Amino acid sequence: MIGSRREILTRKFLLWIALLLGACFAGLPVLWMVASSFKSNLEIFAYPPALIDHSFSFAAYEAVLSDPGQLRFFFNSYLVAIMVTICTVITSILAGYSLSRYDFPFKKALSLVIIGVQSVPPITLMIPYFGLIVWLRIYNTYTALVLTYMVFTLSYAIIMMTGYFNTLPRDLDEAVMIDGGGSFVTLWRILVPISLPGIVAVGVYTFMLAWNEFLFALTLTRTNDMRTVPIGIHLLMGQHSFEWNQMLALSVLGSLPVLILFLLFQRYFIAGMSAGSIKG
Amino acid sequence: MDSASQSQVADPTNIAWEQRKRRLLPYAYLSPTLILLAALTVVPIATVFLYSLVDNVIVNPNPPVFVGLENYEEVLTHRKFRGALSNTMYFSLVSVAAHFVIGLSFALLLNSRLLGANVKAVFRVIYILPWVFTASIIAILWRLLMNPHGVINFVLLELGLVEELQEFLSDRRLALNAVTFINIWSGYPFYLVSFLAGLQGIPDDLYEAGRVDGGNAWQLFLNITLPQLKPIIISLALLDFIWTIHQFTLIWMTTGGGPMRSTEVLSTYTYKAAFSSHEYSIASTIAMVILVMCTFVAVFYVRSQRMVDE
Repeated sequence: MIGSRREILTRKFLLWIALLLGACFAGLPVLWMVASSFKSNLEIFAYPPALIDHSFSFAAYEAVLSDPGQLRFFFNSYLVAIMVTICTVITSILAGYSLSRYDFPFKKALSLVIIGVQSVPPITLMIPYFGLIVWLRIYNTYTALVLTYMVFTLSYAIIMMTGYFNTLPRDLDEAVMIDGGGSFVTLWRILVPISLPGIVAVGVYTFMLAWNEFLFALTLTRTNDMRTVPIGIHLLMGQHSFEWNQMLALSVLGSLPVLILFLLFQRYFIAGMSAGSIKG
Repeated sequence: MDSASQSQVADPTNIAWEQRKRRLLPYAYLSPTLILLAALTVVPIATVFLYSLVDNVIVNPNPPVFVGLENYEEVLTHRKFRGALSNTMYFSLVSVAAHFVIGLSFALLLNSRLLGANVKAVFRVIYILPWVFTASIIAILWRLLMNPHGVINFVLLELGLVEELQEFLSDRRLALNAVTFINIWSGYPFYLVSFLAGLQGIPDDLYEAGRVDGGNAWQLFLNITLPQLKPIIISLALLDFIWTIHQFTLIWMTTGGGPMRSTEVLSTYTYKAAFSSHEYSIASTIAMVILVMCTFVAVFYVRSQRMVDE
């Protein structure tokens, strides 16, 4: 059932039109943001607008990168996101191992709770968190952010890790067990090394969620030296005059870590995105 | 236990200990997760429920008073709550429907056999791009584009589609649609990647058989593609619905719920009740209503998921 040559050409032509329209929808806003970050603040809303104009410069980037207050946002974001990633990966490996390899009472109920946590709205947790975090004396600390972020990273991470371990044959661990290795040795020496792709997927996705978090970072920190990049952008917006080019430069710089991770680990990244909806 | 000299297997206490250890082991591996979830979801949810039943909680000189369901009555009958609820529903339902249509269309485009692998790879990256940005950056980006003097107004004006500059985000007639549009832009890639994976999982034989039966492209789509994707569609839509019901950042950073509460959704309403008005009981009550709504949807979602084999 192969159509004529001309029919295929027409279909290819229409397909390309649709593809390019889609790419404009997805990509042009981003392109405009990046281009505007190189303009002077006066030229951002110049009439008629131009993608690149005479005011092209790196001034906004220099302003952001030479401001210790704004560099601190980046330091905080990296520190918190990396801590969350490490803690989530370790915790989810342990939990995934348990759910994948053991049968025990309440297993089904517990795994339902873990899946269900995904649907708890952060806004519901925000009010009690405020009191709880103050009571624990960790208000305005990294610990508060790491612990609360883990609530919504763990659920995905455990679903992904359990799914990954389920694809590995049990004969592997049994061979080690027979040789006298304990269950932890099996996990650490056998399962963890061969699960590296799954672990990277969990790590990359967790990093992105943690890097992008807004609500808890807004409510659980008070001083500017504890703020993360998304909150930093929010603070810039609230200031007297809109320094558009600086806000955009901060946004571009703030997107780079996740963008680079995405380009490097696309396959793993996509595995993370679709984990909740496909395999489970 | 002095089992060093004895055979381990022969020692009955050792066997009992080993058995108990084996029984407790899975819980031990789960314990960090369980402790964290108990402390940071179960206890807080119980707390917020308690707050919703009481007046004068947190920063309030008066002692707390138990009022039963009075807060719920007050919230549910309040005009502001109803406005926020209807905005939330509009925002969520339109977003989910548009995400589905755009995500599936893009996935079908990228799945076409007429395209080479490299072309697909490049366009896939571009199409997923909006997902990479955090909500506060997406807010900045669209405030730039939708500004009265921004590029969207310029294009619309040049094309003659509007006669005067539009204040997309501060005109109460336009704002809700504007934030919904922004949310649509930022959320469809989640569907796209899931559909791409789903489409690759549909066996070619099904399409071959369909073609032999004389089906055209549209019929193949309706009778094969859609039914095959159904499980993915259901779980995506439910998960997305839950997320958009409690979307906060995007709206907070673009309109803050304004102008004149025209984009006020349940989450911004909760936030204001808690941190602007310091009415923590009322805020907790709205937070509970959102939780109940999300849980209701989540029950269907969890049913569609099977993490543990039956």
